[in-house]
Amino acid sequence: MIAELGLAALWLAAALAALQMVAGFMAVRDDGSSALAGLIRPAAIVQGVLVTFAFAMLVWLFAITDLSVKLVVANSHSMKPLIFKLSGTWGNHEGSMLLWVMVMGLAGALIALVERRLPERTMNATLAAQGVVSLGFYAFLLFSSNPFERLPTPVAEGMGLNPLLQDVGMAFHPPTLYVGYVGVSVAFSFAVGALLTRHVTPDFARAMRPWVLAAWIFLTLGITAGSYWAYYELGWGGWWFWDPVENAALMPWLAATALLHSASVLASRDALRTWTIMLGVVAFSMSMVGTFLVRSGILTSVHAFAVDPERGTFILALLAIFIGGALLLFALRANTISEGERFALASREGALVFNNVMLSAILAIVLLGTLYPLLTEAFDVRVSVGPPYFNPVGAIFVVPMLVVMAVGPLLRWRQDRVDRIGKEVALFGALVLAALILFSLLAEIAILPLLGLALGIGLAVASLLPLRGRKLSRTPLSTWGMVVAHFGIAVALLGMASESAFTKERLAALEEGGSASVGPWTVVLQGVEPVAGPNWTAIQARLAASYDGGEARVLTPQARNFWAPPQQTTESALATRWNGQLYAVVGDRAPDGRWQLRLWWKPLVPLIWYGGLLVALGGVLALIGRVITDIRNRRLAKRIAERRADRDALA
Amino acid sequence: MSWRLWVPLFVFALFLGLAAYQLTQPKDEFIESRMVGEELPYFDLPPATDGVEGVSNATFADGKPRLLNIWASWCLPCIAEAPHLESLKQQGVEIVGVAIRDRPEDVARFLAQHGNPYSRIGRDDLSEVQLAIGSSGVPETFVIDGKGAIRYQHIGDIRAEDVPVLLEKLAEAGE
Repeated sequence: MIAELGLAALWLAAALAALQMVAGFMAVRDDGSSALAGLIRPAAIVQGVLVTFAFAMLVWLFAITDLSVKLVVANSHSMKPLIFKLSGTWGNHEGSMLLWVMVMGLAGALIALVERRLPERTMNATLAAQGVVSLGFYAFLLFSSNPFERLPTPVAEGMGLNPLLQDVGMAFHPPTLYVGYVGVSVAFSFAVGALLTRHVTPDFARAMRPWVLAAWIFLTLGITAGSYWAYYELGWGGWWFWDPVENAALMPWLAATALLHSASVLASRDALRTWTIMLGVVAFSMSMVGTFLVRSGILTSVHAFAVDPERGTFILALLAIFIGGALLLFALRANTISEGERFALASREGALVFNNVMLSAILAIVLLGTLYPLLTEAFDVRVSVGPPYFNPVGAIFVVPMLVVMAVGPLLRWRQDRVDRIGKEVALFGALVLAALILFSLLAEIAILPLLGLALGIGLAVASLLPLRGRKLSRTPLSTWGMVVAHFGIAVALLGMASESAFTKERLAALEEGGSASVGPWTVVLQGVEPVAGPNWTAIQARLAASYDGGEARVLTPQARNFWAPPQQTTESALATRWNGQLYAVVGDRAPDGRWQLRLWWKPLVPLIWYGGLLVALGGVLALIGRVITDIRNRRLAKRIAERRADRDALA
Repeated sequence: MSWRLWVPLFVFALFLGLAAYQLTQPKDEFIESRMVGEELPYFDLPPATDGVEGVSNATFADGKPRLLNIWASWCLPCIAEAPHLESLKQQGVEIVGVAIRDRPEDVARFLAQHGNPYSRIGRDDLSEVQLAIGSSGVPETFVIDGKGAIRYQHIGDIRAEDVPVLLEKLAEAGE
């Protein structure tokens, strides 16, 4: 009964999306005079409620482990801890797509409820576009990935969740990324709505900006969490592998970052109109392309999703309709939208445009690298594209971007002279140069990590300069947001550069009681014992690790064997200090009875994720700042209107 | 109307075409060896069990084309292909075996149960030879010509319909 309720709610929600689409387009055509126009916003709101209900039903099915539902059988197990039963709801294809449409439905409902700034016609067009996108995903769910499908006969036990996914980080990582993807889809709907009605104004940018910001915050968090998960769960000691799935998250992030900055230019200076629209479309196409690449199984990836060519075809068809349609509309309409205000090269806008171009170039490089194997396979050549391509080629654009990022925020809008900020530029240049010389004298470091260290230090200082000479208590939250986010980039960059410049690795075969050293750490293998968890057994090594001869810490890396489904995973053990992390993995037992240990000393590596968190925090500050300003403006406008009405009444 | 505005749509159409083409292609799970057409690398394996001879790359350099069969007693498809190896042997083909990560007693038991089509069986405990000739699984069968060069790779168990193909490839290798 629960499954049937959920399915019915899903069908109803799909019908409402269809209504939203049809009524929306009709209202755009006849300027809102049709009788259906009044139904658009309610349809969006009720749709949000229904799809949330459907998702709640699926969560319930997983919570009680209803073994007559195919999806539960395939992905759950009665012995699993409750939190992983719940996270199993979205740890699979069907459930995660339902989560996607739920977030999308909620976003649609929220726009319909609160967004009143835009002209009604643009709003209707936006909601109609949102209806098209939702309808596509409902069709995908209902026709090719029905999460509520029942089995002809219930079974006795489920097959369990992939043990790699039985991790708290994994319970939050997919929803986070999905909120990000969906936020980007809202920006897409706004862009299409604006194109349809040719209404590309600062108001449009202000309406779209919170969505882009929110999407961007969640993408940042999702990528940061995903990277940390790969770092400690896969047991390979790396934090980024340029894997297609990672790229699938990175590409929308890059596009959203560019969009965020160009929307800011549009909102405050009424410039970059077509460019902002284009980025809105590109950002969503990147999240769709990413979804397509990982779900269709067209590329091989460390993320073994349940791949299915039929679903791949479906997503490709959706992609063709959404993105092809939007780009066609763009080609037909964009020349009727004027470019907007002009500005000088040396100005805040100039710097933002430069960074936008750099971000787009990086995006193109990542996209090309990700798709390249697809291209060569068409000619029967198998290649894999990895760090030797991405790192140096990306750096060509990352380095100038970081330089402009350091000085750009100091420039004034519209027109400025570089010599006005000469002191700050000199400070940044001196810091970078000093760091370059110092590090190249102190140690032998490859060129990229060296540049990363120097620019990281320079940027960390430069990013704080916009606060200079301001009263900190009166500085707007959005400025704080920018400063914190840019500082976060510098912090993450320092972590990345330090990890790649100073990491020490040691592969040791130890007897019990034996010791090995890596960097400043000495590690003693005290013993190896079997341990058992709720649904696994493991070999656990007990290591005593001491830093520089100091007090020993006990680390317990494990090699775990899950039995439902049977699979072996490595649980790395980490010892974190302020200046870095010791990373230990236990491997197999050699025939002579010694245990293989893999040890890494990674100086400053946690900065990568602290940096990511700071970037997200910057986004949160900016979002709060913008929303507060919006609410204040709205109240002000209301009060002015009331006063005017009073005066008119008195007169 | 500016042509530049059509560029994104054009690029996207290219991507769609490529992706659609790739989706219609059957996914090839087999990894073909890059060693096909190359000479066998140097190796010298001890006998896999009592009463058989070991295998080295020199075994193949006497002018006669042979089959090199990568197998293991623990491998189920190897049992399935045993009768077809036997029929190849009866048609005059010399088959050299390499047993992967195996124990001598298990090899002997396998040969007793399923017959011995091999002229020699080498013992490859660490998959060294297997990896060196570009085989990624068991069973796999290579056609080696009289000079010791790999001419053809068959991935997976040999089925009835593969026997004539292998005979043909052997004949080609002998020319």
